[in-house]
Amino acid sequence: MNNLVEIRDLRVSFDGVPVLHGIDLDVAPGEALGLVGESGCGKSVTWLAALGLLPGKADVSGSVRLRGRNLAAARRLALERVRGGQIAMIFQDPSSALNPVMRVGKQITEVLRLHRGLVGASAKNEALRMMDLVGIPDARNRFGRYIHEFSGGQAQRLMIAMALAGEPDVLIADEPTTALDATIQAQILDLLVDLRHEMSMATVFISHDLAAVAQICERVCVMYAGKIVEEGPVRHLFDRPYHPYTRGLFDAIPSLTGPRRRLVPIPGAVPDPRYMPSGCAFALRCDRARDFCKQHRPELLPQPGGRQLACAYPVPEARDILHHQEEYQ
Amino acid sequence: MLRFVTIRLLRAGLTVLSVMTFAFVVLRMSGDPAQVLLGPDVPQNIVQDFRDRWGLDDPIWRQYLSYLRAMLQGDFGLSMRDRSPAIDLVVERIPATLQLTIPALILQLALGIPAGIYAALKRGTLADRGVIVMAIIGFTVPSFVMGLLLVLVFAVVLGALPSGGASSWQHAILPVLTMSIGGIGVLARFSRSAMIEVMGQPYIRTASAKGVRWSDVVRKHALPNAAVPIVTIVGFMVGSLIAGAIIVETIFSWPGMGRLLIVSVTNRDLAVVQCILLLVAAVMVVSNLTVDLLYGWIDPRLRQAPPTH
Repeated sequence: MNNLVEIRDLRVSFDGVPVLHGIDLDVAPGEALGLVGESGCGKSVTWLAALGLLPGKADVSGSVRLRGRNLAAARRLALERVRGGQIAMIFQDPSSALNPVMRVGKQITEVLRLHRGLVGASAKNEALRMMDLVGIPDARNRFGRYIHEFSGGQAQRLMIAMALAGEPDVLIADEPTTALDATIQAQILDLLVDLRHEMSMATVFISHDLAAVAQICERVCVMYAGKIVEEGPVRHLFDRPYHPYTRGLFDAIPSLTGPRRRLVPIPGAVPDPRYMPSGCAFALRCDRARDFCKQHRPELLPQPGGRQLACAYPVPEARDILHHQEEYQ
Repeated sequence: MLRFVTIRLLRAGLTVLSVMTFAFVVLRMSGDPAQVLLGPDVPQNIVQDFRDRWGLDDPIWRQYLSYLRAMLQGDFGLSMRDRSPAIDLVVERIPATLQLTIPALILQLALGIPAGIYAALKRGTLADRGVIVMAIIGFTVPSFVMGLLLVLVFAVVLGALPSGGASSWQHAILPVLTMSIGGIGVLARFSRSAMIEVMGQPYIRTASAKGVRWSDVVRKHALPNAAVPIVTIVGFMVGSLIAGAIIVETIFSWPGMGRLLIVSVTNRDLAVVQCILLLVAAVMVVSNLTVDLLYGWIDPRLRQAPPTH
């Protein structure tokens, strides 16, 4: 398979405390990939690190290849061409992620100038077209407004317009709907789905909202405490989660259909990255954990059906799982 | 916008009026001009003459009302010392004070802001620490100590610069330095923290994620956002420069308004003191007003929406 982005053994630590423990992740051209997990599990850090957007105190190692070219070794100038031009990123809370003292139109034309060489009237017309495309009504009159004059949903549309202006190959959407009302969330998700088809770009959708991921993505990676613990096609994985953590995520969601049942929260909390257990990071919260789990950190290993899993004692419904964690150690 | 300006102007007028009133009352409560100006050995009838002429025996509220009435007619009173109009005495001294305060302000802006921004961008490095230490020294050492220190080094030990007087441009160097050092320190610290605050904002990360060059992220995205707190401080500093002039002009025998104020307070020359205080208050009020108007220009969020009702 010819991957657009290949991340290998990406590790990040802040002030010597590791927060990302070796991420391997591929993004194929045009695919929609979901990254799910609790806040702080490293979903966003993975992509901020890949694009060199982490603050200076962050220590990043590993390789990130974009069409075979290693970004980790790239000079700053080359990296600046990739950002926004090939890999664009949108963030949560769009109202604070856009510059409050720069006119919104200018923030879009800035991308057009940087990545498509458009200036003056042609840049303005293209920016108006982008605003139109993402559903900003009356774009011509609102081109010169400031971000505080827009609602949260409109602000997110503007940020999407800004991200798409560079015609990227990959759009990283970092919790794009978290700060929005439920009805607006649905509109933004629909917009992302439509635009992805229209512009044939890959989308990486970072979220803790499993329903949103199911709606948008074809493939999903579940992350826990700085590692990918389960990966696979979204329908297959959501139907039959193998990892006890993934299973726990579903048990903690209320269901609208079927008999009313008690929600099952995952006990405990994510371990402090400074005192990460030597074995499986989830072992302390896992009702299936045995002594083995507390001593050995499970590797992410291939499973049937194009899936991957990092667990020695997966959820029992998954009878076809290969139990070779113990042999592997 | 018009309403905003009107309210601000009214408030400014009220501030100036309070300063004038306060100065008027305090000056009259705290000493008798007749005693101070004429000295202890003058016969009683001459003292009484003097008191009658200046209306010093009238009830204070009557003195105050006639003072206000004169002010409204543009009459700022006469100096008790030589009977020339107080306003002329003060205006005569303004150029000398501006010769110190304007270069000092320029120096503060030109050194303080860049130093603070540089330190913020190099946060945690030796250069950053260096700027912080210099800034702290700059604004913790009082200006009279700093002035004497500079005199000691440049005038006494090195003999390179004059220690007082105003006969050449070299004479202005030490007073200007003394006046500006504290402000440079304050501005450097504020610019640094404003810039650090802004650089941590999500929209800065967005700008980088768009592929904006690092230098443009700083120049086009960070600086305009850091401008609001920096402008606030500059507004305050203009006021404190005038206050600082009083001390510095005294140390360096500079014939400006500050020294005139000291002399006039000592002599209880009421009209002159009031005139200077009025001018200082007006400068502070105008600089604050300018800052308020600049806010709206810098930050669109602070522009008053036109009343909709």
